[in-house]
Amino acid sequence: MTAATLTRRTPRTSKPAAFGGVSGLTLGVVTLWLSLIVLLPLAALVVASLEGGWAGFWDAVTAPVALAALGTTIGISAAVAVLNVATGTLIAWVLVRDEFHGKRIVDALIDLPFALPTIVASIVLLSLYGPSSPIGIELNATRWGVGVALAFVTLPFVVRSVQPVLIELETDVEQAAASLGAGNWTVFRRVILPSLTPAILSGGGLAFARAIGEYGSVVLIGGNIPRETQVASQYIQQQIEIDRPVNAAAVSVVLLAISFSTLLALRAIAARGHERQEAVR
Amino acid sequence: MILTTPAKLALRVVALVYLAVLLAFPILTILWRTFAPGLDVFWASIRTPAAISALNLSLLIVAIVVPLNVVFGVVTALVLVRGRFPGRRLLSGVVDLPFAVSPIVVGVALIMLWGSQGWFGGLETLGIRVIFSVPGMVIATIFVTLPFVVREVEPVLREIGTEQEQAATTLGASGWQTFSRITLPAIRWGLTYGIVLTVARALGEFGAVIMVSSGFPGVSQTLTLLVHSRYIDDHNTYGAYAAATLLMMIAIVTLLLMTLLDRKRPAAHFAPTPARSHS
Repeated sequence: MTAATLTRRTPRTSKPAAFGGVSGLTLGVVTLWLSLIVLLPLAALVVASLEGGWAGFWDAVTAPVALAALGTTIGISAAVAVLNVATGTLIAWVLVRDEFHGKRIVDALIDLPFALPTIVASIVLLSLYGPSSPIGIELNATRWGVGVALAFVTLPFVVRSVQPVLIELETDVEQAAASLGAGNWTVFRRVILPSLTPAILSGGGLAFARAIGEYGSVVLIGGNIPRETQVASQYIQQQIEIDRPVNAAAVSVVLLAISFSTLLALRAIAARGHERQEAVR
Repeated sequence: MILTTPAKLALRVVALVYLAVLLAFPILTILWRTFAPGLDVFWASIRTPAAISALNLSLLIVAIVVPLNVVFGVVTALVLVRGRFPGRRLLSGVVDLPFAVSPIVVGVALIMLWGSQGWFGGLETLGIRVIFSVPGMVIATIFVTLPFVVREVEPVLREIGTEQEQAATTLGASGWQTFSRITLPAIRWGLTYGIVLTVARALGEFGAVIMVSSGFPGVSQTLTLLVHSRYIDDHNTYGAYAAATLLMMIAIVTLLLMTLLDRKRPAAHFAPTPARSHS
């Protein structure tokens, strides 16, 4: 390399770029790509839901079957989130504080529901809890079936958010509390739980947001019975099938709104937690 | 917390029983039901013409989606890390949006945009069919996998900074040379991780794809749609078990790859986001 090339190249780096280290063209391409793939479809969805005006939107969302589907979805998702809070915290505790043979296998098993395609989750559950169940428990086409499917696909959320916090948690405060005469329940409630609460809330919230929109794992085991086991995503799919796009779009917008507000609430809680930590320091 | 042995044991048993009932027993049952009739029966079931064409379509979708996600994902990550412009946080939020959208809602949104009655419905009069055809399935898959590469490459780019690249440029390297010799090697494990997540999700996506597929066996069925149609339309329960087991084996290989790659990545940044989920 000669000095000439060096001096020739140097001005290029020192030239002030318009948007930091990124050219305007690159920025434009990225914006266009994200708009085409993500924003435009969602915009088209919202516009389609308002095709009949606010009244049409309201009618579509408050149609009895639509309301029943939304109610079923929210009710079962909330129940599953609560179940996850209890079992997920317990499993995380066992994985961190307990020692037994095969613990690493159990730990690896936790991630499986995230790795499995949802339709596979449906079939896997049906093989044990479906028609011709080898143990005589048939949950297909019941709300229990929907609940089990949602519990299956959301299992990792609470475990994986609580586990790292529990690993970091120092045991000296617990020991101090115990030596001062606090019982196990008091130690758990006063010392452990407060540190875990943000992680538990975030895991439970993510599980709820996931369960609200779930389709693949529910589609085979849920039975799709209107007003009984039909969840919102199945209702939407059915409305597309019978050519009622406005109804489908309106209920879709409601689902979107629920999951967005859940995730925004989680983000706000997390931000507040960070602020509190900063304040302590 | 100082637990007595019986209390410890009780907690362990409750946790393990829950996992067994929800996870382990169903998985053992499907494996038993798939392989009990013999390996040849399983093999025959996943080598039917419909199954082969489903596998081919799934692989075709992966082959289109992965390069697009790699190119646009890396560029998007570069823009998010290096760019200084108003609305950068907004752009970052848009990248996360697909995580928050139900697969069925993705399908409906795509129909409203690309369908014959949609905003881009004019394409159909030109003879370009998107919805109920392969392009629609590709677009649906891109939507749901869009965040993976971006979110895996972004932290690595932030970590490596720009000093080495600036040095390379000062020494006379062209833009492409700098990228291929400095940037790409630095982000390779993050990028690989993102690609593995993308492939797994693309092969496993069901809800968004079924909404925009015509679902004809042998024409527009992916592996996941094959599982569904064998169970629902053909009442071929064994065939559904076999195809699901095949998908499950792919998922387990993915999980192993992710565990291996996790060790290669600098600074593990595990956070349970919906990223790893939602197919």
